[in-house]
Amino acid sequence: MTLTLESVSKTVGREVYIENADLTFETGSKNVILGRTLAGKTTLLRLMAGLDKPTTGRILVNGEDVTGMAVRKRKVAMVYQQFINYPSMTVFDNIASPLKLSRMDKETIKKRVYETAEILHLVPLLDRLPAELSGGQQQRTAIARSLVKDAQLLLLDEPLVNLDYKLREELRIELQQIFQRREAVVVYTTTEPAEALMLGGNIVVIHQGRILQTGPTPEVYHSPATTKVAEVFSDPPINYIDGTINGNRGTIAKDISIPLTGHLEGIAPGDYRFGVRSNHLFLQPQGSADTEIKATVELSEISGSETFIHVRHAQTPLVVQESGVKSRRIGEKVSVFVHPERLYVYDLAGDLIASPAGPDPAGGAGERGEIPQNRGCDLRLRPSGAALCL
Amino acid sequence: MNRNHVKTGLLILYFILLMLPIYWMLNMSLRTNADILGGFALYPKHPTLENYIKILTEPAWYSGYINSMIYVSMNTAISLLTALPAAYAFSRYRFIGDKHVFFWLLTNRMAPAAVFLLPFFQLYSTFNLIDTHIAVALAHCLFNVPLAVWILEGFMSGIPREIDETAYLDGYTFPRFFITIFIPLIRAGVGVTAFFCFMFSWVELLFARTLTTTEAKPIAATMTRTVSASGLDWGLLAAAGILTIVPGALVIWFVRNHLAKGFALGRV
Repeated sequence: MTLTLESVSKTVGREVYIENADLTFETGSKNVILGRTLAGKTTLLRLMAGLDKPTTGRILVNGEDVTGMAVRKRKVAMVYQQFINYPSMTVFDNIASPLKLSRMDKETIKKRVYETAEILHLVPLLDRLPAELSGGQQQRTAIARSLVKDAQLLLLDEPLVNLDYKLREELRIELQQIFQRREAVVVYTTTEPAEALMLGGNIVVIHQGRILQTGPTPEVYHSPATTKVAEVFSDPPINYIDGTINGNRGTIAKDISIPLTGHLEGIAPGDYRFGVRSNHLFLQPQGSADTEIKATVELSEISGSETFIHVRHAQTPLVVQESGVKSRRIGEKVSVFVHPERLYVYDLAGDLIASPAGPDPAGGAGERGEIPQNRGCDLRLRPSGAALCL
Repeated sequence: MNRNHVKTGLLILYFILLMLPIYWMLNMSLRTNADILGGFALYPKHPTLENYIKILTEPAWYSGYINSMIYVSMNTAISLLTALPAAYAFSRYRFIGDKHVFFWLLTNRMAPAAVFLLPFFQLYSTFNLIDTHIAVALAHCLFNVPLAVWILEGFMSGIPREIDETAYLDGYTFPRFFITIFIPLIRAGVGVTAFFCFMFSWVELLFARTLTTTEAKPIAATMTRTVSASGLDWGLLAAAGILTIVPGALVIWFVRNHLAKGFALGRV
């Protein structure tokens, strides 16, 4: 199946929820929609499902216009951010509900429900009511219901966001494996860059109802086309330092000169914004090529096994991500080191001019991996998942 | 004496005051007129079921109960059947003037029934509906349908809209979803609504008496008959009163856990 959104817009009253979305999804693809809250992720999913009608534009399935078609006639399954189950039915009946309507015989239904429940570890709970389950089990029931029928379009709207961290980790890995076997278009929304990277596949970065960039997830991560994409696709948000390139000399933050090597070579002279992710900033030099930025500590924020140190160099605020708990006193003078080849170069309009060559740069930064560490979770150490492939 | 004893004592006192008139009615219903008028007694010294037997055997009396039951049931059914879809629409859809219409419904309860008496009498006369059960049932819809819509809307809005959508995604048609999934979810609300419709229709006297003469005469109207030239038939009236309380008390039993929510129009 091919799902195509053709210049789809959605406005409610005077507010624009989705503006001119053009997207195509193919069967067997995993797609992540990344955006902050209120970016329009849910609206986009609802438009794909047919729960909402686009104000303008068309939605095509295999080239056929399905814009006004009733939801129940489409083969769509959806998992909501809130745990949505039928409270008056047992877990078994909840999962079986989409099958019962397709006039399947009882034995087949039972078999299918058990198969799905097996994958999601729900077999011992089949006789319970949703109210008697924990949050994670409720959400697993909802996921099971969406998986049990052969939906061609599987939509998951931040399915893990209301779960605690441990469960989220567990389910995320389970979901990965489930998606792998699925002959469907899977669309998954999230606000977390780390989750998006782990799911891999293709990504749609969306901000304020507008689609900013699409493409394979790692590629978009390594070359965010605009400053906005880089901000949305970094956690903590990417740091920006204003600078200039003048012939064969670069200057950042007015007075720090940087060598123009690697991807920085051959950029036309002018004013630019340099972007650098927090995990590429260090408090100790990592190699001889590193550039030193003198700064003052404004705040250090310990988050799990990570420390985010907020510093300021003149007018430029920076966030340094250090692994381990490394508290710094406020007002302390520190040196922040960055390898120039980790710098993204944007023009003043926010468009990408040059991005670092690859995941493993010439400097020592490769050691740190490419995944922005998210609130103490150590994705790199997980034996499964796309995160490792980066 | 600690605080708990004071509390219990006060509560007992309150219930005594509350139950006293009902007890007194029960007391009277078990005595003959001569006995009642003869002297004061805290309890019936020679209890008799004479009054009850008279009510339950004389068609003039028991038909009053049957008539009341018929129009009350009709009214409850009509109110629920119209209010369920209406409440669903108010709770799920936005349309022009929805909030105004919703509020206007409630204003129907703000006018005294007497205001509508004359137009109703004329209207029902024109359609030859005077002295039929349906006439009273329809007249009572005036205040029961708005109430039912308000209570049900409250209960329905407590159900997340995503449940509706999940059902459509699962392939349910609207009627099937509404009957097999949605109504079971708000069954407490439906019960409470039915109770309120029952109660208001059961106690209403003005419409019921005006729109009926003999065939559909309610029990409340029949009770006024006991005032005759020979004075009041105390015992009989008390027995009729006790029998009138019974259905209400039975229905309350079923919805006792949800009554508070009903009084708050489902918005708790």
